[in-house]
Amino acid sequence: MPNKTFFWFFLPTGLAMILFIGLPIISTGIQSFYAQHDQVVKEVKKCDPFGCTVSIVVDQEKTSKIREEKPLGKFNGFGTYVDRNHLAIEEIRKFWNETNSFGEFVDQVTNLPFYKALIFTLTYCLFVTPNVLLLGFIIALSLNAVTRRIRGPLIFGTILPMIVTPLVGSLVLFWMIDAEGIIGANLQMLMDDPYLSLKSSKTLTWITIIIYGIWHHSPFAFVVFYAALQTVPQEPVEAAIIDGASRWQRVRHIVLPHIYPVVTFVALISLMDNFRVFEPIIGFSAEGSAQSLSWLIYDNLVNEEVILFGSAAATSMMTIVGIAILLAPVLIRTWKEFRTAR
Amino acid sequence: MEYGLDKRSNALKIFNTTFIIVWLLVACFPFIWTFWGSFKVRADFFSRADWWYAITAFNTLLETGGKFTTDAYSQAWTEGEFWKASRNTVIVTFFVVTISLFLGTLGAYALSRSTRNYAFWILIAALIFRAMPHITLVSGYLFPFFQLQIWGILPTTIVVLVAINQPFTLWLLYSFFKTVPKELDESALIDGCSYFQAFRHIIMPVMWPGVITAGLFSLMLAYNDFTVTALLLNQENHTMVPKIQSYLGTNQHEGNLMWAVSAVVSATAPLFMLVMFFQRQVISGLTAGAVKG
Repeated sequence: MPNKTFFWFFLPTGLAMILFIGLPIISTGIQSFYAQHDQVVKEVKKCDPFGCTVSIVVDQEKTSKIREEKPLGKFNGFGTYVDRNHLAIEEIRKFWNETNSFGEFVDQVTNLPFYKALIFTLTYCLFVTPNVLLLGFIIALSLNAVTRRIRGPLIFGTILPMIVTPLVGSLVLFWMIDAEGIIGANLQMLMDDPYLSLKSSKTLTWITIIIYGIWHHSPFAFVVFYAALQTVPQEPVEAAIIDGASRWQRVRHIVLPHIYPVVTFVALISLMDNFRVFEPIIGFSAEGSAQSLSWLIYDNLVNEEVILFGSAAATSMMTIVGIAILLAPVLIRTWKEFRTAR
Repeated sequence: MEYGLDKRSNALKIFNTTFIIVWLLVACFPFIWTFWGSFKVRADFFSRADWWYAITAFNTLLETGGKFTTDAYSQAWTEGEFWKASRNTVIVTFFVVTISLFLGTLGAYALSRSTRNYAFWILIAALIFRAMPHITLVSGYLFPFFQLQIWGILPTTIVVLVAINQPFTLWLLYSFFKTVPKELDESALIDGCSYFQAFRHIIMPVMWPGVITAGLFSLMLAYNDFTVTALLLNQENHTMVPKIQSYLGTNQHEGNLMWAVSAVVSATAPLFMLVMFFQRQVISGLTAGAVKG
């Protein structure tokens, strides 16, 4: 296709992506170097018959004027990146000098908001992704062994958790697991602990969100694996049966190598999706004990007094760096393949 | 895979059946339970005393005189203004699907027919864009949108959702267009068609399955979105998902939680029916890029 024709065909979608994905990333980058203005304060002298007092109040007029003049805020350089709510360089140095044992140091650091969120996000990715692959693969194998006639409805039932939005999916589970719901109440009876509830324990909350993640993402892995299983050639499988290979050996040495490229694809997609975990935290109202990077950004953006654009943007930029690190191996591989293909 | 040679032991068959039944229960029961509970009053569905009330409908009987009640639905739809939210969802979904299919088919067709290097790089860029968490993009939108005073209205959200949706649509349609033989449009070009005419009259008529799949995914994205709609729309224009979240509120009074339950059911039901109807397309879409490796 000639370049000119390509240009006109691609212009609308290219423009949409540049304007609403490319530019926002740049805008986020710029915002991250600014911080909201401090409030302008003034001294007010108040005199009454008993004497005069000087009090400090916020000068509303000047504050709103300065905000209007420079809506982006004041220039802060990398200040936002290193402050207490982000990388917290100074705090970490302080902890390093003041704490006695390494354990204590780690404890202190993981209490800082950014690191807390980072650790939750990574833990979530680390536990959800492999389990999604495993469960998805098992479901695909076992559905593949069912009579063809009833597979349709079974597949429909299987993909339900995936097609609802994460907020709805997590709410539906939360209403059952909560202390007043069916599972929660029964657990309380079983454990003989009337105070057992999701909100009371950090570990329980984390486990619940991770289970939710596996529940929500496995159907996707299932669908892809199931489709891939349909393409496994029959001859090697039959040959293996004749040679006396066990079922496990067949899966291990014939099926898995065949669908290997698909496994990397699913792993990549689900890693990307898990890294942005956010809605389940709202659905499970787990803000207290589990915060993710995306949730931190959301929290800054819905801040009641003044939207913390700078802070949200700094966290966003660091999230993007995280995504880039996740994607790097794939991009490098694609680049190499592309070079050799030419 | 039915192998003549492959004899499954009975133990394996039983294990397999049990596993599938357990998994289906895990996958579907939460939805069935929520559907059932949405016809109860709050004291039953969220019973402090005894969860068994949710089945016997003890309080529902006391409060409304029947075992099932549709109070939660009628209140959420009228008083809770869920009708407005669902109207907004319909508007947003309709325009997002139409516009993103229009842009996506044009772009993906060009990508699939170009042999240059830049086509490859554009696809890679789209993959990177696909990986961006939506919330990071939203933090980039908010400030400029406030300055331009286009925050809070439906058209802005529609355009944003279309753009966010483009990378995925492009990839999906690209892999579909690749399956349409090149000779088809080449012969049309020789006969004197322009590229656009070939696209419009020769390629599009054979592309409907792919277009339907891509449309379904745009629809699910627009319908299910929370991040963008919650932060870019004002209260008045909220779509269903942010509306459900607003019912949860921190200081919930008696009725609201049941509003959320009934709203969840109302929002999920059409989606389930749609997927039941188009199951084949959804699955072909999910596997389009994957199976070819």
